[in-house]
Amino acid sequence: MKLNCKHVWEHISEYIDDTVDAKLREDIERHLEHCEICSAILDSTRNILVLTADDRTFELPVGYSERLHERLAKEMENSEKDSTKE
Amino acid sequence: MRTTETHEAGLIARVLAGEKELFHELIRPYERMVYLTLFSIVKNEAEAGDGAQQTVISAYRHLASFRGDAKFSTWLATIAINEGRKRLRKAKGAAEESLKEQAASHEGDFTPAPLTDWREIPLEALERKELREALRVAVAELPGIYRQVFALRDLEELSVEETAQALGINPGAVKVRLHRARIMLQKRLVPFLKTTAPARRGFFRRAP
Ligand SMILES: [Zn+2]
Repeated sequence: MKLNCKHVWEHISEYIDDTVDAKLREDIERHLEHCEICSAILDSTRNILVLTADDRTFELPVGYSERLHERLAKEMENSEKDSTKE
Repeated sequence: MRTTETHEAGLIARVLAGEKELFHELIRPYERMVYLTLFSIVKNEAEAGDGAQQTVISAYRHLASFRGDAKFSTWLATIAINEGRKRLRKAKGAAEESLKEQAASHEGDFTPAPLTDWREIPLEALERKELREALRVAVAELPGIYRQVFALRDLEELSVEETAQALGINPGAVKVRLHRARIMLQKRLVPFLKTTAPARRGFFRRAP
């Protein structure tokens, strides 16, 4: 089947996740070979996902981990004192 | 991943048997996931930090109820999501928020934005701080139902199945929302990505 651009866009997310079936994958790839528009959309979407997964994009607040474990340690201490409560 | 699960199961058993200190070790790999899950719901650094603490404490208190039919990470994500939703309700009033989100899920054009004169963005462009900032803003501005799926899948890298379990929706809905979230982000960030292209082009092309 010959896909048009709109078909490709509809499957772009699944294509990135590699969850389209083999036949559709082949059709999409054939389309991408000659369609610059879809290739650019695919590249830009992929780049956004690479950037999202990069730890420097979404950073944790300074001291987050320390505060978390301190609070947890306090909780453990308290639950030891009176294990009947809570 | 099998070994991670075996290792975790061992830790859990020991914590429950009284070696509670080991709970610190158990949650360490998921600190980031817990925070980002909370943040994707409450969108506030301080609230997300407090919510993360509450999530971890709640997980500690209820560890005995973890059955192992889900992965520990999914179980923890579920607690984080509930904690986030509780905080959101307190802050806003649930009705208002869910109405807004339902409305948002029905509107909108989920077609990507075409780029002209595009070529693959140079890696150094991805290094730019402004691009990261633009992405953070764009993610924050996604409607909640899309932002939460996007955060679990693409930021915290849970599987479709785990994301569905954690959010209490079916895998089909995860895929649809993820697709829309990605397209919306692509659309929002294209102007940003585009600005890198001309420079590159200018560099490679000789002036006429
Ligand atoms: Zn096309």
